[in-house]
Amino acid sequence: MKKLLNKITELLSKEDNEPRSKKLYGLASLYNTPDEIIKAAAAVAGRGFEKFDVYTPYPLHGMDDAMGMEKPKIGYVSFVFGFLGLILVLLMMWWMSGIDYQNIIGGKPFFSLPPSIPITFEGTVLLTGIATTIGLIILFAKLPSINSPIQDTEFMGRVTSDKFGIVVKADDEKFIPDDVKLLFQTAGAFEIQEIYYRESNLTNKTPLFNGKFFVAIIGTAVVTAIVSYFTLNWVLYDVVPFDWMWKQDRIDAQSKTNFFPNNSGMRMPVNGTIARGFLPYEYKGMPDSSVRLLANPLAVSKESLERGQDRYNIFCSPCHGYYGEGDGRLRDQFPKPPSLHNQKVMNWTDGNIYHVITNGQNVMPSYAEQISVNDRWNIVNYIRVLQRSKNASDEDLTKAK
Amino acid sequence: MSFDATYARELPLVESKASFREIDDAIIKPTEEKPRKGWWVAFGISFTALMIGAYCLGLTFYYGIGMWGNNQPVSWAFGIINFVFWIGIGHAGTLISAILHLFRQKWRTGIARFAEAMTIFAVMTAGIFPVIHTGRPWLAGYLLPLPNQNGVWVNFISPLLWDVFAVSTYFTISFLFWSLGLIPDIATMRDKAKNGVKKTIYKVLALGWSGSNRSWSNYERAYLILAGISTPLVLSVHSIVSFDFAVSVIPGWHTTIFPPYFVAGAIFSGFGMVSTILIIVRKVFGMEHIITVNHLEKMNKILLATGMMVGYAYSMEFFIAWYSGNTFEMFVFINRAMGPYAWSYWTMITCNVILPQLFWFKKIRRNIPITFVLVIFVNVGMWFERFVIIITSLHRDFLPASWAMFYPSLVDLGLLLGSFGFFFTFLLLFLKFLPLVSIAELKAVVEGAQPTIHPHPNGSNGKH
Repeated sequence: MKKLLNKITELLSKEDNEPRSKKLYGLASLYNTPDEIIKAAAAVAGRGFEKFDVYTPYPLHGMDDAMGMEKPKIGYVSFVFGFLGLILVLLMMWWMSGIDYQNIIGGKPFFSLPPSIPITFEGTVLLTGIATTIGLIILFAKLPSINSPIQDTEFMGRVTSDKFGIVVKADDEKFIPDDVKLLFQTAGAFEIQEIYYRESNLTNKTPLFNGKFFVAIIGTAVVTAIVSYFTLNWVLYDVVPFDWMWKQDRIDAQSKTNFFPNNSGMRMPVNGTIARGFLPYEYKGMPDSSVRLLANPLAVSKESLERGQDRYNIFCSPCHGYYGEGDGRLRDQFPKPPSLHNQKVMNWTDGNIYHVITNGQNVMPSYAEQISVNDRWNIVNYIRVLQRSKNASDEDLTKAK
Repeated sequence: MSFDATYARELPLVESKASFREIDDAIIKPTEEKPRKGWWVAFGISFTALMIGAYCLGLTFYYGIGMWGNNQPVSWAFGIINFVFWIGIGHAGTLISAILHLFRQKWRTGIARFAEAMTIFAVMTAGIFPVIHTGRPWLAGYLLPLPNQNGVWVNFISPLLWDVFAVSTYFTISFLFWSLGLIPDIATMRDKAKNGVKKTIYKVLALGWSGSNRSWSNYERAYLILAGISTPLVLSVHSIVSFDFAVSVIPGWHTTIFPPYFVAGAIFSGFGMVSTILIIVRKVFGMEHIITVNHLEKMNKILLATGMMVGYAYSMEFFIAWYSGNTFEMFVFINRAMGPYAWSYWTMITCNVILPQLFWFKKIRRNIPITFVLVIFVNVGMWFERFVIIITSLHRDFLPASWAMFYPSLVDLGLLLGSFGFFFTFLLLFLKFLPLVSIAELKAVVEGAQPTIHPHPNGSNGKH
């Protein structure tokens, strides 16, 4: 780990020791006081030099005039982009809420100026600020210029701390080294230095754009994209609570749970609850004879018979068989019920059959919980159909003809 | 200028005339040496608070907003109180860096960088709260007008959306302003650092700044423009925050005094926080000669002025409630001062209006321990101001049948603690890694730093 860190440090600081070429970038001079530098700057500018600059640890008042500079132009960038921001934000709101997505909110117009002012103002300020900063850095201060020849020189170390410096560049038309040196000396420079280009400045190869760096950037971008794609897909669709509430804590009816006192996930209705269609049966537990007066409330109809057949096939056929002959699918596993076509059942009233379904008889349990009152009568109707069809004679066929 | 100069003489901005090297050394020193014990203790405490907040945030994310004490009718509670509190704290930074810059108040240089950093961290802290208040903050992208599959756009006439734009713009501009100010200082640090990782980092961050006058010229103009746009921006941000309330129809919120009232309160609370932290920082980092008692006195004067502004707003609210003849308005204000939350109302009045009156006395303004106690009260008072506005207005509104009390949950308190942890963790990292006073700006206002002559290339030699 320590080795790796050292290696990185070494790699990073390599550039500092980059050898300088023999080609002169410019002549630099250092001064002690603000008065000296401002006089020197005026003198250099007065000689007609154009490619020179003054380096100070903080802005000096009056230096622009001394150097004969024009007024800073950054304000135009701010104005243009501020105005652009104002127009763009207004247009955006007008199109989004006035045209593309019209929504009635409190009966107000889709787009109007007063409520748009706050966001328009913010947008203007935002674009002005960003444009001013970026404009300053790239257009006016010509940054980033990490690799500029004056960086990493002794000169730079002084002018960012406590001294003031002037550099006259070698590519100025009037540049004659001895002339410039003399000018510096008469202006009161306490030190004059020669600044040479770096090797990389001359080959025009900035380290930022060499092949390895480029590959590293593209590689990082691709890896980041792939990793974020899969991570986001996983997080947003599989991880609580980011999964759009697709997964939620719940207790299934047949599952065990510690949430309820009896550890059962199933909840029983409160005692005394009466469900619709399940009114309590008044002859409950009474013998057959007591239900003589119980009459079938349903008329025989196609709907009633179809419903009855449906319910009969679900609830009754397992034991009684599809035709009521007592040969259901559970035969040999469960006591065989008597046929529904025997004389006893044939003679029963509808009420008797209903009573058996509701109350149960011998090993047959009550079906009052599973089958609604109406459906029980539907089943009774259907059983009558079964009895009639199973006990039909030849005469019935003739009659039908 | 012919008036008697001694009469209007400014107190020196830097005590004991320091050389430029000494300024460099004093300001860069904390970033070079190993952190002191005091820093580690402070960092330990704030990081613990941050982790408590993170835990509570985790609970909020997993189980939902139900972990908070909010419930009808008090559906806005700690989340929004903390938001308004922190965004208000930020305003002092912009005021110091931008408005005082426009007014050419040179004394701001000692505290501007620090106050700006505070702004950024306070806005970051503030920004957390409305986002987590939405319940599913990972979907916060829908707050912005971004194209989406549903084909819907945000509601541009909602003050809550104005807030999104105001706060994000505020953060961006404050950050740019702060970063721009840092570039020359990082260049100084770069040239002071020896080889190594540190130097490389500074090198990249300084973007190759050389202190060239052709850069400085545009730099100063850009700085002025940013100060110029930040000034209306800072006023707009808290005005828009106050619209969240003022544009609704809840009695106690629906008032036109809210924007100026909120802005004054924001500056008041922000200066309270700046003073609180500066008093500790100047002591711990040995910067008493750079952040002088004169600075603190000037800030105390601003505290006195803004404290009376909020005092005026408090009384004007009452007056208007009575003057309007609106039963509900009248009830809300009587309920504030005498209802179940009267204790919070009177805490607010005491801390924000009564105690700052002590700053009328010069002895107290220049007495650092007393100032420290008073600014702590200001911080407490301003938190309670937001508590009073939000809770008392909501807990009893039009329908007595739906009145209820608000009780914060442990998670609420943990998030409040966590917000302080978040803010101070960032602040301490800033104090450790970046210069807490603007080196370039400070040098520029030291005595004898500016030329006394103004020569021109054509030879004219203007004397001052």
